[in-house]
Amino acid sequence: MIVYSFAIEALQLLLLLLAAPAFAGWVRTVKCRMQGRSYAGIFQPYRDIARLFTKEVILAENASWIFRFTPYLVFGVTVMIGGIVPFISTDLPFAATADVIALVMLFAIIRFFTALAGMDIGTAFGGMGSSREMMIASLAEPAMLMAIFTVSLAGNSTSLTRMVQVMAHGEFVIRPSLAFALLAYIMVHLTETGRIPVDNPSTHLELTMIHEAMILEYSGRHLALIEWAGQMKLFIFSTLGIAVFCPWGIPASNDLLAIIGGGALLAVKLAVLGVILVLIETGMAKMRLFRLTEYLGSAFLLATLGMLSFFILE
Amino acid sequence: MSLTLAAQINSVMAALILLTAFGLLVQRRILALLHLFAWQGFFLCVSTAIVGYVTGEHHLFISSLLTLTLKVIVLPYILYALIHKLKIRKEIETLVNIPMTMLIGIGLVIFSYHLTAPITQLSTLMTRATLAVALATVMLGLLMMVTRRHAVTQIIGFLALENGLFFAATSATYGMPMVVELGVALDLLIAAFIFGIFFFHISTTFDSLDVDQMARLKEGD
Repeated sequence: MIVYSFAIEALQLLLLLLAAPAFAGWVRTVKCRMQGRSYAGIFQPYRDIARLFTKEVILAENASWIFRFTPYLVFGVTVMIGGIVPFISTDLPFAATADVIALVMLFAIIRFFTALAGMDIGTAFGGMGSSREMMIASLAEPAMLMAIFTVSLAGNSTSLTRMVQVMAHGEFVIRPSLAFALLAYIMVHLTETGRIPVDNPSTHLELTMIHEAMILEYSGRHLALIEWAGQMKLFIFSTLGIAVFCPWGIPASNDLLAIIGGGALLAVKLAVLGVILVLIETGMAKMRLFRLTEYLGSAFLLATLGMLSFFILE
Repeated sequence: MSLTLAAQINSVMAALILLTAFGLLVQRRILALLHLFAWQGFFLCVSTAIVGYVTGEHHLFISSLLTLTLKVIVLPYILYALIHKLKIRKEIETLVNIPMTMLIGIGLVIFSYHLTAPITQLSTLMTRATLAVALATVMLGLLMMVTRRHAVTQIIGFLALENGLFFAATSATYGMPMVVELGVALDLLIAAFIFGIFFFHISTTFDSLDVDQMARLKEGD
């Protein structure tokens, strides 16, 4: 039985690795269609990654071990997070190892090393990107934690599996606190995955870029790993949102049929979520960097209001 | 409609009223402020109607209807006409920066929760939980009047404060007597006209609706 649940865990990791580029491709395709541009199809990210893996790695002369180590760390930690978030079943052996607070910390490790690698080479762009990323992180993380605390209050636990089970199989109650937390989570989601009001994912060599500025010096398989990890991060943030706020359909047992059904439902939910993401991105303009304090301040406000309304109204 | 479901919808409305109160506090553009104010009135009217339906107090339907006409349609329209006539376009200046205002606002919500906690324990009404939200809305309206410089925004703050009072009356005692509510509604309408006259005077005298200008009343300063 234990072997079987590990097999399910492996299946989830495999799904994460394979579906993440397709999800990123889906978001890009919908975005292109919405803006009237021609598109390369949802499988283009696979081709990009495959091409980058065959290319030669070019390292700067003064690159230290941090620069070479970061892509592997980013990729590894992202896969690890993917093993913790229960999106195909709540009965996963890895899910018990870490709760949501540890999850936020794992994301912080990724960010820390990416920022270090950005500064390691010593180019102007890298340092600029790192300093911006850390500024944004210091504002986004409290909002993220507050939103998560609100949900864990409703679920009576900080363990993800427990939260999903309470949400999906408990009594249905309209909770204003969760609506607030969801809004805050969407805002943080856009920030953490570097999407439009905060950062533009499809820009290179622009003065306003943040995430791309940090990884500008990467090439070859390093870049492939970082891009792949970035796509997985988008996938994980989306599935985490689905698991916490709309978990209906995630099976509680490792019954294979239930998992297939849950997987199909997850695909539908992700497709809808991708369209929503694109609608937000197309409807908004990129914000000035110094307006971000207000944007993320509102996310924090919403999350805190969620928490307060849990105590006041429920 | 079961009682608990009604209570749930009512608390959702309370949450939305709180959200619009914060929206009013942080919004810079004046037209968006008006929209938010109208939405707040709308949520208030829905909440009042729900309480009226559940408790069977029919005068609450009348006050709900009054809220709808007055606070969702008439007052925003009057303010809109004023803004249009006085050609107010520019962004509103705040005295305290917006993230700071938000933090003060959160503090006020916690304060009013703390303040109403004993009352909530004594009360047996369905709406007792929303009393804290109502008090917080009053406080946030007050905060908005304090932190904004522009006369029109201060008036919107005042009206939001009145929304909070109305909500408090509904959640603490299932509404004030009909006569009082009619009186308050009439007062508000008269107040809106007086505001309009004042706005015209302020803007013709000072060429602006910034109330800071009114600190200099002496000539040759």
